[in-house]
Amino acid sequence: MKTVAEPERERASSFCTISGRPIARLYTTDDVADINYARDVNDPGTFPYTRGIHATGYRGKLWTMRQFAGFGTPEDTNKRYKTLLRAGGTGLSVAFDLPTLMGRDPDHELSLGEVGKCGVNVMSLADMETLFDGIRLADITTSMTINSPAAMIFAMYLVVAEKQGADWKKISGTIQNDILKEFIAQKEYIFPPRPSMRIITDIFAFCAREAPKWNTISVSGYHIREAGATALQELAFTLRDGVEYVQWGVDAGLDVDAFVPQMSFFFNAHSDFFEEIAKYRAARMIWARTMRDRFGTNNERAWKLRFHSQTAGVSLTAQQPYNNVVRTALQALSAVLGGTNSLHTNSLDEALALPTAEAATLALRTQQVIAHESGVANVVDPLGGSYFVERLTKDLEDGALDYFAQIDRMGGMVEAIERGFPQQEIAESAYRFQQAVERREQIIVGVNDFVQTDEPPIEILYIDESAADTQLDKLAKLKRTRDRDAVRRTLDGLRAAARTTENLMPRILDAVRAYATVGEMCDALRDVWGEYEEVPRI
Amino acid sequence: MRKLRVVIAKPGLDGHDRGAKVIARALRDAGMEVIYTGLRQTPEMIAAATLQEDADVVGLSILSGAHNHIAPRLMALLHAKGLDDVLVVIGGIIPDVDIPKLKEIGVRGIFLPGTPMQEIVEFINANARARV
Repeated sequence: MKTVAEPERERASSFCTISGRPIARLYTTDDVADINYARDVNDPGTFPYTRGIHATGYRGKLWTMRQFAGFGTPEDTNKRYKTLLRAGGTGLSVAFDLPTLMGRDPDHELSLGEVGKCGVNVMSLADMETLFDGIRLADITTSMTINSPAAMIFAMYLVVAEKQGADWKKISGTIQNDILKEFIAQKEYIFPPRPSMRIITDIFAFCAREAPKWNTISVSGYHIREAGATALQELAFTLRDGVEYVQWGVDAGLDVDAFVPQMSFFFNAHSDFFEEIAKYRAARMIWARTMRDRFGTNNERAWKLRFHSQTAGVSLTAQQPYNNVVRTALQALSAVLGGTNSLHTNSLDEALALPTAEAATLALRTQQVIAHESGVANVVDPLGGSYFVERLTKDLEDGALDYFAQIDRMGGMVEAIERGFPQQEIAESAYRFQQAVERREQIIVGVNDFVQTDEPPIEILYIDESAADTQLDKLAKLKRTRDRDAVRRTLDGLRAAARTTENLMPRILDAVRAYATVGEMCDALRDVWGEYEEVPRI
Repeated sequence: MRKLRVVIAKPGLDGHDRGAKVIARALRDAGMEVIYTGLRQTPEMIAAATLQEDADVVGLSILSGAHNHIAPRLMALLHAKGLDDVLVVIGGIIPDVDIPKLKEIGVRGIFLPGTPMQEIVEFINANARARV
């Protein structure tokens, strides 16, 4: 009998990740020959933390299950938070609406139709008091996705905590406060880059003294990825943003050992399973090395990159929305295998609208199944030592360092942004991805393959205009009842301080206590710094 | 016949411009003249740009839920400027229940997430008439 050699044909002429990175058929010992375990990988809890920042992994403590939520009025969102906490959520995460994110009160022309739509509307301390009514800030941790007006919203949170009798030194949580990725990707900027960076270093300095357990920033790759970046670009731009913040802190005279441990990160959990895991592992390694070697810090806490992750909103499809549950579960699993410190899982209906309470609960259950049923949380970094994952981790590190060098040559990230470099890189990747989808080189189940035409519609959350009406009424009432002199005096104080190098946080706290609105405080700073306008580029 | 002129606009406060930029490039690659307004455009600014650029098509990218406010205002402004023959299309996240209302006020094309770029190109080619 004649034996026939097995044919070498493969499904495609080449294979690559969702980011376009070529992938070989097989990885072997040859692929990891240049990787030194002690130097490049090492055990969990030891430098450079590739395998994780805790020796015990999730055996010590599971990740925080932190579901991002916010819509309508503070009353509406307060109710949703109580539902999430009852369902076993272990932290809160506030989604603000566009007027709040952009520092505009509900009565501003540009707020038309946007109040309470994409998140909760919070215009003054009164709203913050309502948002956390019946929730003890001393007992929970809260993450707030707020950037340009981060200092104002944080000040409101601090004052609510104070009124509840909580100690600022003990409360914990996170403000996103990452303006660089706003210029790069998310585009919710108000002030020009340089004064924006000054507010951030003011917050670093303030928190090092007054709120040492607070995460002063969440340097975010999430939005960079959503805007179309590849996994490598997400990794590189995010960490280089982190470097930029540290450099500005150093230049402002702050002590690296004191403020860097309060920095945290936020990554996307996208669909290419192994590339994502490698991305998180590479991120920890790069940060540890950069903090030690570039900034010379010997504080171990400054070496350890802590990060939140969120499954990829951009991967959700409006078609066959139940498929999104599966996508989200796999993405969440990659974040867990990559050692995320906290996680948000998206809801199945988010390509259509903000999630219903049922969909948001199912998203949380997805995390609970991974944590308590799959067994993956019983061992630390189970993929460590995989030829493929270690190779990918190292390649992503090398690629990110190339981007670092390129941005350093431009003079830093602020300069790179001013010349549109990361923006253009991302737009290029977004377009390439869309073309791959159109050519069906990239299959999206239910969209460009396995299409179904007889889908029944699902129920979605519909946000009407009542939130806007309520908030407008409240604003009018607030303006009638608050101490007008105190508002004027504190806003004048803030405006004057913006012209100096004085730390702005105490001034903002004064204005918040006088019930000045987010719009008024931002206007005071607009008077001094103006607004940033991007040159539109295709 | 001259090339179709398309204004791609991003109204409201939202900054998610991935869709607007991708479609702007796709339309340009399909041979149209594309003018991208950039972010935070009011209906007044968009109507003015449409007139000034002598556009045949206005494409709005809206993901924030503000379409019910922005679209009627833009349509009224276009009408007031005598620009009723401009083809108005919207791409983004639009709940099903809002689609009939938008169609009624004259928004001719509504493209939801996952729409192939080619479909939008074909729709514009079939429905916009380049004015001479």
